[in-house]
Amino acid sequence: MIRFAWRQFRVQAAVAAGALVVIAVVLAITGSHLVHVYDTSVATCKANRGSSAVCVNAVTNTYRFLQDALPVLVIVVPALIGIFWGAPLVARELETGSCRLAWTQSVSRSRWLFVKLGVVGVSSMVAAGLLALMVTGWSSPIEKVSPNRFSPSLFSVLGIAPIGYAAFAFAFGVTAGLLIRRTLPAMAATLLAFVGARLAVTYWVRPHLMSPVKTVMALKQSYGTGISQSSTGTGLTFLPPSVNIPNAWIYSNEVVNRSGHAPTTQFLQSACRAVLSGSAAPVNHPVRNPNSGFPECFGRVAAKFHEVLTYQPASRYWAFQWYETTIFVGAALVLAGLCFWWLRHRVT
Amino acid sequence: MTAVLDAEELSKQYGRRRALQDCTLSIPPGHVVGLVGPNGAGKTTLLHLAVGLLQPTSGTIEVLGSRPAETPAQLGRVGFVAQETPTYAALSVADHLNFGAWLNPSFDATMAEHRIDELGLDPHQKAGHLSGGQRAQLALTLAIAKRPELLILDEPVAGLDPLARREFLQYLMESVAEHELSVILSSHLVADLERVCDYLVVLVASRLQLAGEVEGLLASHHRLSGPRRDADSMPSDQEVIEASHTERQSTIFVRSESPILDPAWTVEEVSLEDLVLAYMGRATDARGARRSSMRPVQ
Repeated sequence: MIRFAWRQFRVQAAVAAGALVVIAVVLAITGSHLVHVYDTSVATCKANRGSSAVCVNAVTNTYRFLQDALPVLVIVVPALIGIFWGAPLVARELETGSCRLAWTQSVSRSRWLFVKLGVVGVSSMVAAGLLALMVTGWSSPIEKVSPNRFSPSLFSVLGIAPIGYAAFAFAFGVTAGLLIRRTLPAMAATLLAFVGARLAVTYWVRPHLMSPVKTVMALKQSYGTGISQSSTGTGLTFLPPSVNIPNAWIYSNEVVNRSGHAPTTQFLQSACRAVLSGSAAPVNHPVRNPNSGFPECFGRVAAKFHEVLTYQPASRYWAFQWYETTIFVGAALVLAGLCFWWLRHRVT
Repeated sequence: MTAVLDAEELSKQYGRRRALQDCTLSIPPGHVVGLVGPNGAGKTTLLHLAVGLLQPTSGTIEVLGSRPAETPAQLGRVGFVAQETPTYAALSVADHLNFGAWLNPSFDATMAEHRIDELGLDPHQKAGHLSGGQRAQLALTLAIAKRPELLILDEPVAGLDPLARREFLQYLMESVAEHELSVILSSHLVADLERVCDYLVVLVASRLQLAGEVEGLLASHHRLSGPRRDADSMPSDQEVIEASHTERQSTIFVRSESPILDPAWTVEEVSLEDLVLAYMGRATDARGARRSSMRPVQ
């Protein structure tokens, strides 16, 4: 049965392997150049004591297309696996009637499903894992200059999470095919479910996997502090200093008083009258350390308000990766169990 | 000897639709069984129950003494050719032989290859490009090469032209003789089965109508014609299957184990087709406007 499962999967496996080889070659060539750019630009920056932005830009502007396209590819591949490997796996056999040929050979249905799920499911996880691994390796110079891998957009691209996504998409595709019994609707259902599950986990589950670290700090006057005015009305907001913790996942950075409230517009108007009535009132952009009156304004705000930073520290990155992967692989196993049950009790 | 198929009160329901009702049947081994009935009579349901593709709603079925598809070994003892002979369109003929060999420990690869050669099939041809007749032959080859004790075929010749039909049945009969198989094959046309089967099962409107060895059935059924007579007045040992009347004459199809001695009747031998049609007619009448024994013929 294993040999036959491979025979049926041969073409798809060859296509996937071919695509991975092409990607590997492209990433090997461009990747080594990217490392070279990183080495030379960082060395130059250090030698010239140049601003770090120059070094960052040298790296982040190399292969912009790949830098944009690779994350999209890693995000899309599990969906493709679910749609083109998962959904037709059983649905096509039910549709064409070849299941009646397969299920009357000397192999039980459960074993038939087990082997098919095993061969194609493990291949799915391997394919997604290899792709994510290559992209993670390729991106390492970029990560060094702009360490942001915990951000929701990069978290699901680097590391091991894509393996979980592939397992889930595949298992959902198989289940949908088995229940709906038709390939095309099963493909559509798989796409919807996969997008839904990814969004739900990203926005509703992942932030709550571990309670974030809350740091309370006295307000400091530094890069980013200022007052901004909303574009629609006269509402004013006091901006905290911008934070830059490498690879941390910042939930929020707020300026609040003891009872947890942000400075009101009235308070800012009275505390910072000099700043606001200076030139024309600032609109749409923060007033950053304007010449006149800001230190007084800042002092009045800092006397009553402090800064609260809520974030997941970088050290939790791998714990989150494992949680995320476990959630999706676990869901895939539950779906696989449903498939076995359904095949035994419902497809009759 | 164990019956090849033993059903007790076997029923299958899909939602509210009854596909097979209270079928009690025991088929002894060593026969080529023709399962006949109109489309939608429940033939496929019965055969799918027999190979374990379906589970009964109620009642029991045993094939070769075990529950169908209970174990891989049991699956190996029964060969099945499904309706419209499904194959894997994208795989070649040779792939199908590998499929048979990989999935059946008892598969006779030499025999299968020889047969494919005999049929003149190109092993590299994709099954999707085969003609209906070639595909049926491929499916039959797979089923026979796994060396089953019982071969079940669901409408195997329905889609075939007369020549392919003859070749298919010829190969089937050769294999039966060579490997001492029991066979159950279904068809909605009696003519397909007349030359090959020696045991008949008639299924109409989800109910079993008749089952028995062809020879015995033919010997015990008679078509009587003579002066008009009410079918209800026939002797008790002559079961009326179907009766038709003209103003002066009655034609009555009866089942009787004893010879017909009444000199008023002209007794005719019946053919297998007559037999099946008579039982189908009776079942259809019984289902429609409750059976009337007086059915005028204009």
